Amino acid sequence: MTAYTATVTVRLKRGVLDPEAETTRNALERLGFELEGLRSADRFEVDLEADDAEAAAERATEMAERLLANPTIHDYEVEVAEA
Amino acid sequence: MTVAIIRFGGSNCDRDTLRALSHLGIDAEIVWHEDGLPEDPSGIVLPGGFSYGDYLRAGAMAARAPIMEDVRGAADDGTPILGICNGAQIGSEGGLTPGAFTTNRSARFQCEPVFLRVENADTPWTAAFDVGDVIEVPIAHGEGRFEIDADGLSTLQENDRILFRYCDADGEISEAANPNGSTDSVAGVLGTDAHVAVMMPHPERATLPDIGGTDGAPVLEGFR
Repeated sequence: MTAYTATVTVRLKRGVLDPEAETTRNALERLGFELEGLRSADRFEVDLEADDAEAAAERATEMAERLLANPTIHDYEVEVAEA
Repeated sequence: MTVAIIRFGGSNCDRDTLRALSHLGIDAEIVWHEDGLPEDPSGIVLPGGFSYGDYLRAGAMAARAPIMEDVRGAADDGTPILGICNGAQIGSEGGLTPGAFTTNRSARFQCEPVFLRVENADTPWTAAFDVGDVIEVPIAHGEGRFEIDADGLSTLQENDRILFRYCDADGEISEAANPNGSTDSVAGVLGTDAHVAVMMPHPERATLPDIGGTDGAPVLEGFR
């Protein structure tokens, strides 16, 4: 078994309104920054033990499917690295 | 035969719902989720509140509680189930109904009376109404914007699974009368069968005459 950290990034699908990101963007513009857009995402770093990176990714993907993301509104990606 | 109002950690409309149902003469009891469903409940309420602090997403944690397996089983067996506000989010997260409820267009918590138009009167929840009737009930949520993709919305429309839509006092649907930016102004939807419904507005807060209108009472009469 090897120690891995699986990073799961969950973001709204393109086209789904993100009012918190809009509010953040407005605040940045009020501070004088110029920007064309802003998107937010949630990142989960999961420490786990697995036989190999593929098994770690598989488990983290299942976590995303079953809890971390809501497939109706979210896309997600999983990256695995040795801890 | 008793309606089970499931209390999760952070539910806070469970007692309101009990009082509203009792006022209507409908037998109900509050059930702690870890104690499991009572045998053969006459109905199930997923009540409002802020279960588990809305961590991750509103309703996400409660929707994965073991009791929800039994709730889905009861749904398949024809037990009437109503999710209200946080209960709607739980029902949606738990797969009882399609779509998702997410952050209001305003990015703010909103507590205000709204008007709803009845879109389907052939359900236990709207049997007292006709399609197009307008009722006034409160909302109180920060994550009530109904989201569903275009295909999903078409399926809902084709199968007549939209229960209520936000409207103005005259029943007109408009963006101005859509308090949270919900897709197609949807305020409540049905599961695969009409006896399973979720809605963001609070019928139990519009049932006792002492606290304002009673427009929500006929919705709760769906448990009779």
